[in-house]
Amino acid sequence: MATLAPSAPSAPPAPVFTDAERGNSLWHDAWLRLCKNRPAVFGAATLLVVGFACFIGPLFSPYGYEQQDLDLGASPPSGIHWLGTDTLGRDLLVRLLYGGRVSLGVGLAATVVALTIGVVYGAVAGYFGKTVDAVMMRVVDIMYSLPFTIFVILLMVFFGRNIILLFVAIGAVEWLTMARIVRGQVMSVKRMEFVEAARSLGFGRRRLIFRHILPNILGPIIVYTTLTIPGVMLLEAFLSFLGLGVQPPMSSWGGLIKDGSEKMEEFPWLLIYPGTVFSLTLFSLNFLGDGLRDALDVRSSKD
Amino acid sequence: MLRFFASRLVQSLLAMFVIITATFFMLRFVPGGPFTAEKAVTPEILRNLEAHYGLDQPLWKQYLDYLGSLLRGDFGPSFKYPNRTVNEILADKLPVSLELGVLSLVAALLIGLPLGTIAAVRRNTWMDYTGSSIGMVGISVPTFVVGPLLVLVFGIHLRWFNASGWYSFEDRFLPCLVLGIAYAAPISRLTRGGMLEVLNQDFIRTARAKGASEIRIVFKHALRGGLLPVVSFLGPAIAGILTGSFVIETIFQIPGLGREFVNSAFNRDYTLVLGTVILYAGLIMSLNLAADLTQAWMNPKVRLEG
Repeated sequence: MATLAPSAPSAPPAPVFTDAERGNSLWHDAWLRLCKNRPAVFGAATLLVVGFACFIGPLFSPYGYEQQDLDLGASPPSGIHWLGTDTLGRDLLVRLLYGGRVSLGVGLAATVVALTIGVVYGAVAGYFGKTVDAVMMRVVDIMYSLPFTIFVILLMVFFGRNIILLFVAIGAVEWLTMARIVRGQVMSVKRMEFVEAARSLGFGRRRLIFRHILPNILGPIIVYTTLTIPGVMLLEAFLSFLGLGVQPPMSSWGGLIKDGSEKMEEFPWLLIYPGTVFSLTLFSLNFLGDGLRDALDVRSSKD
Repeated sequence: MLRFFASRLVQSLLAMFVIITATFFMLRFVPGGPFTAEKAVTPEILRNLEAHYGLDQPLWKQYLDYLGSLLRGDFGPSFKYPNRTVNEILADKLPVSLELGVLSLVAALLIGLPLGTIAAVRRNTWMDYTGSSIGMVGISVPTFVVGPLLVLVFGIHLRWFNASGWYSFEDRFLPCLVLGIAYAAPISRLTRGGMLEVLNQDFIRTARAKGASEIRIVFKHALRGGLLPVVSFLGPAIAGILTGSFVIETIFQIPGLGREFVNSAFNRDYTLVLGTVILYAGLIMSLNLAADLTQAWMNPKVRLEG
């Protein structure tokens, strides 16, 4: 508080900032709060480790994901194959890492699809309001009540298990919540003075929405993006478990869990390791999402 | 209330119509038909089969015919089980899936409601933290991991339950528990949140000041308002339980509708797929409608906004 009350009226001293005064932006505060949240930090760290392992790990591995070690078919974890091998003699660790690429990749890509559709749709509905909003949100309401999982299953059965189709289909299901949240936020932000100011400067609608309104609701968007990823990964794994995901010899975590559950009686490690890694990743994402929600102080409309 | 109900009903019927139409045409435009998998079918036999099932008619006529028979409650014949109608198959499989779904929902409520209530009443104590951690496990560990693991432990090693099947009462325990746990977690979270909000309100303080016992406060005063978020979650939860049963039925080899649906899609048994989709959609939407109505009945704010 030293700078607020200069002793002499003439020649104000050069401002000396204490720690408390220096650049405490909203984001900096949120970052500090996030760092104090132990589950969130644990989640973020785990995600980094898992992500790095999946994308870099296979480069250092002596085995390929379909390379068979026929002398050591379905062997338990050992020094040669750290997590053991499957019934075809393929190294489980390597398959787990490659599967992680698919699962994480689908998770991210489908979330980007959901994010893009949801944000644009919600922003448009919220910004224009009135009839436009009423019609657009009624459509969302109706789509909410549709059994989408069933349609995704049908799509995957009939149009082949194409990975691009997979994340487009999942993304198309998961955008609804994002649209609702963005719409609500835009509605409350659009009446604020800074938007009015920008409008009076003659900026167009597009610039108002994307340059002025959306940056100010980034917090909720980030939080729900983080919480959408586990949902998306779960849906992908669900499809893979039903045999509708990525096709062999490639595999995702869901596919590995499916294989493992079929052979768990004799070879339990085939189920336990993929199950653990997948659950741990979902755990971390949920912890991180919750932590972000608290840190950015997002009050959800749902709970 | 009546207006609210009418608008929701119209909305559901509209959605139902969209679903039927979309599924019908999607099925007709996909590559491959129900008879392409059969070996050594001569073109003539194929033509006869198609004529028998009316597949040689123009598409719009097939569509109108199907809608007509739907209105009479007839889902048509199955393409893959020549002696059976879709109605018979659905009547055969649906009760199993419904039993699984209802028991799972009961399990979810029995686990979730007490956990959430205790966590709210004993906020920020070890009970609350334990409850939240269990909830996180329930949200993050998918049913297709929990299911096989429980089978491995209780079915194969300890031999307390059968690893699969759907015969005796004990066979219901594991599948319903697995599916229930998945939904107990969000239910307990919502209960905790709802209860916390209510417990901080003035009328609760008034009740305390009157000297009402803690039990009376929780059950008589707080629970009704505190459960609102749970009621609004029931619609999506039921939808999730119904589709979640696809996986559960696969894991435990339960002869229900979910497994039949996935199989029929693989077999391209058009009428069976359509019938199942319509049945599921109808079920989910009427249950959603029921959840909305209950919510409106419990909370006047919702029904006035209609």
